[in-house]
Amino acid sequence: MQEIDLAIIGGGPAGLAAALGAHAEGVKDIVIFERDSAPGGILNQCIHNGFGLHTFKEELTGPEYAERFLQQVLAAKIPIWRNTMVLDITPGRVITAVNEQGEVKVKAKAIILAMGCRERPRGALNIPGTRPAGIFTAGTAQKYVNLNGYLPGREVVILGSGDIGLIMARRLTLEGAHVQAVVELMPFSTGLKRNIVQCLDDFGIPLMLSHTVTEIIGKKRVEAVKIAQVDDKRQPIAGTEQLIKCDTLLLSVGLLPENELSKSAGVQLSPITGGAVVDDRLQTSVEGIFACGNVLHVHDLVDFVSEESMLAGRSAARYILKNQSQKRHNIPIITKQGVRYTVPSFVDPALMDDPLAVRFRVDKVYRDHRICVYFGDQLETSRKTRILTPGEMESVTLTRAMFEKHAGAPSVTIAIEEA
Amino acid sequence: MGYDVAIIGGGVIGCAIARELSRLRLNIVVLEKECDVAAGSSKANSGIVHGGHDCTPGTLKARFNVEANPMFDELSKTLDFPFKRNGSLVLAFEEDQIPKLEALKQQGIANGVPGLEIIGRDEIVKLEPNISDTVVAALQVPTGGIVCPYEMTFAFAENAAANGVTFRLNFFAETIEKRDGLFYISGPAGEVTARVLINAAGLYADTVNNMLSKHPITITPRSGEYCLLDKTEGDLVSHTLFQLPTKAGKGILVTPTVDGNLLLGPTSHPIADKDDKATTRAGLQEVLQTAQKDVQHLPVNKVITSFTGLRATAEGDDFIIGPSPDVENLFNVAGIASPGLTSAPAIAQYVAGLVAQATHAEQNPDFQPVRRAFPRFRHMTDAQRQKAIAENPDYGHIICRCEQVTKAEILAAIRGPLGVHDIDAIKRRTRAGMGRCQGGFCLMRIPEIVAQELHIPLNEVTKNGSGTNLLMDPDKQSL
Repeated sequence: MQEIDLAIIGGGPAGLAAALGAHAEGVKDIVIFERDSAPGGILNQCIHNGFGLHTFKEELTGPEYAERFLQQVLAAKIPIWRNTMVLDITPGRVITAVNEQGEVKVKAKAIILAMGCRERPRGALNIPGTRPAGIFTAGTAQKYVNLNGYLPGREVVILGSGDIGLIMARRLTLEGAHVQAVVELMPFSTGLKRNIVQCLDDFGIPLMLSHTVTEIIGKKRVEAVKIAQVDDKRQPIAGTEQLIKCDTLLLSVGLLPENELSKSAGVQLSPITGGAVVDDRLQTSVEGIFACGNVLHVHDLVDFVSEESMLAGRSAARYILKNQSQKRHNIPIITKQGVRYTVPSFVDPALMDDPLAVRFRVDKVYRDHRICVYFGDQLETSRKTRILTPGEMESVTLTRAMFEKHAGAPSVTIAIEEA
Repeated sequence: MGYDVAIIGGGVIGCAIARELSRLRLNIVVLEKECDVAAGSSKANSGIVHGGHDCTPGTLKARFNVEANPMFDELSKTLDFPFKRNGSLVLAFEEDQIPKLEALKQQGIANGVPGLEIIGRDEIVKLEPNISDTVVAALQVPTGGIVCPYEMTFAFAENAAANGVTFRLNFFAETIEKRDGLFYISGPAGEVTARVLINAAGLYADTVNNMLSKHPITITPRSGEYCLLDKTEGDLVSHTLFQLPTKAGKGILVTPTVDGNLLLGPTSHPIADKDDKATTRAGLQEVLQTAQKDVQHLPVNKVITSFTGLRATAEGDDFIIGPSPDVENLFNVAGIASPGLTSAPAIAQYVAGLVAQATHAEQNPDFQPVRRAFPRFRHMTDAQRQKAIAENPDYGHIICRCEQVTKAEILAAIRGPLGVHDIDAIKRRTRAGMGRCQGGFCLMRIPEIVAQELHIPLNEVTKNGSGTNLLMDPDKQSL
């Protein structure tokens, strides 16, 4: 069996940045496993701009952003095994992968999970109706439009206001299709505010909040969808149904971290994020296995994926170079009042990066609230915010100095409180 | 084209009959209006090999069900389709339902069903640890089994094709006339003639019969909605769980599938439109609510897809099988609702016998009974995978991650004996797109493989027959 220092599962933005993070820290024997023929992941089909504002202080397209990382990976001579699908990972860090040369087993000293996420399909929503041609996830439609050069349809309804759906509303409009509406089950959009403004408002595309598709109609091709307003339990309200004639329905109804391999490796997953539970080093519950990017929790901005993944890379490298796990003194980060989850879930003040970004999402829209950080029951910081929405990932910064000031605090709590 | 026998309908019945008839020296054609066989009721049903306890004694349903059930072990090996004799349980939720189980048992015994036992709660819990707290007793049907209904149909069809049967897909039999002892069957795709006509047209068996016979039949579609759960839930139960049957049928069942998913359904509602395969909000709710009665904590949030199948029910609620009373050499195989899938092998033997008598055909000395499905990567050992990839590198190229389907299998489906190339046809042959992501990854890749293999542009690739193109215009045409 081939033995390597570090295996990175996935060559998208997370995997590429993780490789660079590990390499910079001194680990050179790295393999990136990529199932596609080209690295870069979903960025390859994201031809719109807006990537890299935080990292490079300029607006890049998705492929340009990926290229900057890829060039560094190639310069560092880190091998990428393309067209290679990882089938299994054991808790003992043996990877089974397959490509056109055969099936291989590789034992790694550390593994970074960077598989990304997938889109929630129609079946998971159990939308009633027929099963004609013309129903796509927004990402599939994006690939057909941007990479293959074909329109998926001419008269389009988009269910869900996730970012890919919003981006596709604009893209399809620019390519000559007519987007009738974006229909969102929740009373708020799950996409970024800037995407709502730039992709819907600028093109006069209506965003119908608290609405859903109740039926798909059409035998061969989609002919129409029925939509209805929903009540506060998200159930359709009788009498509010309306028929929208269309030939295409795009779904942008959520992203699910792709954690099948994590499960086979025995990694503990969070029921909230669907991703691994990690400490401040982004190590999972299985020693030597780390996670970053959208497989850990779904991000809005690739810049934060890169930042997080560099940390995972550095952490994995340190783990490999020390050749043993360090004794950790974990302090839990507790979520309260409006905070759905945090990444990480635990922190060791002695071992953590200083300062450390703790990322989280809120459960609903909050106007004029404060993000509060408690050490034990002592309020340490409190930041006023004009608006908090589930669609935008938030973060707080923890420093070693704070932990020293509150030495002995059993936990850190993050809560949303009225201003 | 002139044939000895034309079979209208490429469902499990038509294909099973075609395979059985290919044992004889006959020139046979199967005419199927859709782009693939198993495109109607045969692809969307419970996939159950029923014991036969719930058929009314003396009916054709009882006869063919009980006759066919024991054939499956051998047949599934010869034709290489998935089959598992997992046993069925008919559940009672109240003490006062136990006499009904007893009546069902007696009916089964009258039909000749072996091994029926009524078992108490303790024994049920041993068999099914996740059974609902409210279950008090069950009728155990050890001969019950599960199959993949479309794989079974493909197996019959491919073996028939290998033995010389012609398959005309996309052939809609619009008009049928009989002149001078010959049937003339024509439609947009052309005309064929045949000396013997077998009506296995499923929901449209009435239309076919009534074009020729003065003895009309009526087929009423009965819709059945299903929910399919993720493979993570496939081990929740090992038996097929029925509730007590009602006038509408065997009721909503909970069963593992041969592929490892959990299947819930069907509802049973008569509908007017024979093409209406829409699921409904009420129907899906009925499925989930009824199924929850059988199992403790049924994870209804693990539904990965839902679908509707239509059963072809005839008046009198029995199969109509045999020669037409007034049209010589017309054989009807109609009203094949449940247990039609189970009965198919026995029906096929019976109908083939009738045709043999009518045609005096000799045995086909070249008949080859064995059919092999193409090898599946997901079923291979590590060593088999190495060998398969060494011989054909496409076996090392995974296209569908959830179901571990390789490019080699996609190509094998396209290059198979029936010449299918629609995305849904490929899906049913390979399982690509049937996993929990429902095609999120592979739906971007399979159309490219089809386009490449058929030398057609991407926007000519269809999902399920003409008019179901996935994509529209090239978007940068004017540049």
